[in-house]
Amino acid sequence: MADVAAVADPILKIDKLSKIYPGGLKALDEVSLEIRRGEIFGLLGPNGAGKTTLIGAVCGMVRPTSGTIHAFGSDLARNWRGLRSRIGLVPQELGFDMFDTVERQVGYSRGLFGCAPDRGRVEEVLRSLSLWDKRGEQIRKLSGGMKRRVLIAKALAHDPDLLFLDEPTAGVDVELRRDMWRQIDTLREQGVTIILTTHYLEEAEEMADRIGVIDKGRVLLVDDKHAMMRRLGRTEARFTLADRMDVLPAYLDPFGLTLDPAGTTLCYRGGDGTGRGKQEVAQIARLLTQQGILFTAIEQRESTLEDIFVDLVENGVAA
Amino acid sequence: MINFRSTWAIYLNELARFRRTIFGSLVGPVLTTSLYFIVFGAAIGGRMTDIGGVEYGAFIVPGLLMLTLLSESTSNASFGIYMPRFTGAIYELLSAPVGVAETLIGFVGAAATKSLILAAVILVTAMLFVDYRIAHPLLALLYIMLVAASFSLLGFILGIWAEGFEKLQLVPLLILTPLTFLGGTFYSIDMLAEPWRTVALFNPIVYLVSGLRWTFYGQADVNILVSFGVTALFLAVCVTIIAVIFRTGWRLRS
Ligand SMILES: Nc1ncnc2c1ncn2[C@@H]1O[C@H](COP(=O)(O)OP(=O)(O)OP(=O)(O)O)[C@@H](O)[C@H]1O
Ligand SMILES: [Mg+2]
Repeated sequence: MADVAAVADPILKIDKLSKIYPGGLKALDEVSLEIRRGEIFGLLGPNGAGKTTLIGAVCGMVRPTSGTIHAFGSDLARNWRGLRSRIGLVPQELGFDMFDTVERQVGYSRGLFGCAPDRGRVEEVLRSLSLWDKRGEQIRKLSGGMKRRVLIAKALAHDPDLLFLDEPTAGVDVELRRDMWRQIDTLREQGVTIILTTHYLEEAEEMADRIGVIDKGRVLLVDDKHAMMRRLGRTEARFTLADRMDVLPAYLDPFGLTLDPAGTTLCYRGGDGTGRGKQEVAQIARLLTQQGILFTAIEQRESTLEDIFVDLVENGVAA
Repeated sequence: MINFRSTWAIYLNELARFRRTIFGSLVGPVLTTSLYFIVFGAAIGGRMTDIGGVEYGAFIVPGLLMLTLLSESTSNASFGIYMPRFTGAIYELLSAPVGVAETLIGFVGAAATKSLILAAVILVTAMLFVDYRIAHPLLALLYIMLVAASFSLLGFILGIWAEGFEKLQLVPLLILTPLTFLGGTFYSIDMLAEPWRTVALFNPIVYLVSGLRWTFYGQADVNILVSFGVTALFLAVCVTIIAVIFRTGWRLRS
C-alpha cells in the first residue's frame, strides 16, 4: 500500500537532528524521520519528550544544535525563505494579539507569509472553522476552543502544503474535537501533509496514517498505525472463577494463561490486533464450560495505542 | 531578496495596533507639550532673553519635539516587538518567511510613522503657543525621519533585550530622559560654564537637539554636518546590532 514515489521523495526529511538547550538539556537526540507526501503523521510522546522542540526546529523557533532538515527536497537551513511560506504551524499554546479582531488577524497571517490579500480566501477559511460569525470579535472575547480555531485559521490562511498541529485539540470539548478531525480529513483530501502531536491517543489512532513514538528526545518507533497495532496489539481477559483452582489444567496450556496466587482469577494475554485474541478468549470460555468449571465474570479489553505506548516507553522497543 | 508582502503586512498590522490606542497615544504627548509651553514658554520664557536671536518660547520647540520623538519612538518600537514575545505571538513571525529586513522595516517603519504623526501634532500644538518658523523644512523633515528611525531601532533592540515590562521602561527613564533634559532641550549649551560645556559634548543627544534646532533656525551649538553624522552613525550601529541579533537568534530563537 506504500506509495513508492512518496517514500522515495519525502516531503520532510529530518536527519540526525539534535538539540541541546543552553541549560545542557538534550531535548532531541539524533532524531531521524521521514514524512511522506500527503500523509497524516502522529507524533506521540509524554510531556517533555521533545515534540514541540522537534516542530520548533522545523518551523524556526528552535535552532538545532546539529543535524539537517530537508523540506520539499531542499535544505531548510539554506532555502528557508522559499520553504517556510509553504509550511504552516498551529502552536501548542495560544499566542496572538488578543485585542485584535478575528478576521484581521487571519488576514495578517496570510500577508505575513507573503500571500496577496484575498478576503474571499480568508472568508472560506473562517467559514470552514465556523468562525465567520465571530469575524468582527476581539479574540480575547472568544472561548478557549474558539481561540484555538483562530490559531488554526491563521495557520491555514496561506494555504500551506505541510501543516504542523502541536496538540491542536488540547482543551477542546469532544464535539469541537470531532469537528477538527473532520477539518483535518478535509485538508488531507486537499493534499495537505499533516504532522500532529497529541496527548489524546484516541486522536492519533483515529487520525494518523503513521505514528512515531518519541521519548526523551529519541524516536523509539515509527510505523504504519495498523502494522503497529498488529505488531503490538494485545487482548487481555480475566476470568473470575466461582471456585478456587489449584493448578492450571493441561487443556489450557496452549493459551499461556496465568493463575493468580489466590487461584480465583485466570488471566489471558495474547493476540496480535487481528482478532485472534478474541477468538482465543471465546475458545477458553467454551473449554471451561465444557469442563464444568464455573466462572462468574469475564473482563476483556483490547489494548489501545496508549498501552502500546506505555509499553514502548517503559520496556524499550520490545517487539 | 526581501519579501514585500510580508513587510507590508507587518507594517499595517503595527499601524492597526496603534490605531486602537490612537487617543491615548496622542493625548499624552500633546498634553505634556502644552504643559511645557505653558510653564517654560509663557511663564518663565517671558523673563528669558532671546537665545541667538530666537525668542525663548520658539527656541525650545525643536528640543521639545526631540524629547517626544526620542521617547515615543523608543517606547513604540520596544513595545511593538516585546508584545509578541510576551504573548507568544512571536512564533508566527519566526515561522514566517521573513528575515531581518522585513521585520525591521515593518516594525521600525511603523513605529517611525507613528512618531512622525506625533511630531506633526506637536508642531501644530506648538503653533498655538508660540510663533516659530522653520528655516529648512525639508531638512527638518529629513532629520526628524532619521531620528525617528534611529530611536525606533534602539527601541527594537530594547524590546528584544527586555525580559519584563520594567526593563522596557528602564532605559527610556534612566538614560534617555536625563540625557535629553541635559542635552540642551531648554537651553543652549553655550550657556553652560566649563567644565560642564565640555562634558555636555559627550552627550549624544546634544548633537540631535542641536541638529534639529539648526534645521529650524539655521544656527545651533554644533555644526549641522556633525549632527547629521552622529545621527547616521547611531543608526548604523543600531542596524548592525540588530543584524547580529537576528543572525544569532539571541532572545528570539531558543
Ligand atoms: N526554551 C527552552 N529552554 C530550555 N529547555 C527547554 C526549552 N523548551 C523546552 N525545553 C525542555 O526540553 C524538553 C522537551 O520539551 P518539549 O516542549 O519539546 O516537549 P513536548 O514533547 O512538546 O512536551 P509536551 O507534551 O508537554 O508539550 C523538556 O524537558 C523541556 O523542559
Ligand atoms: Mg509540546
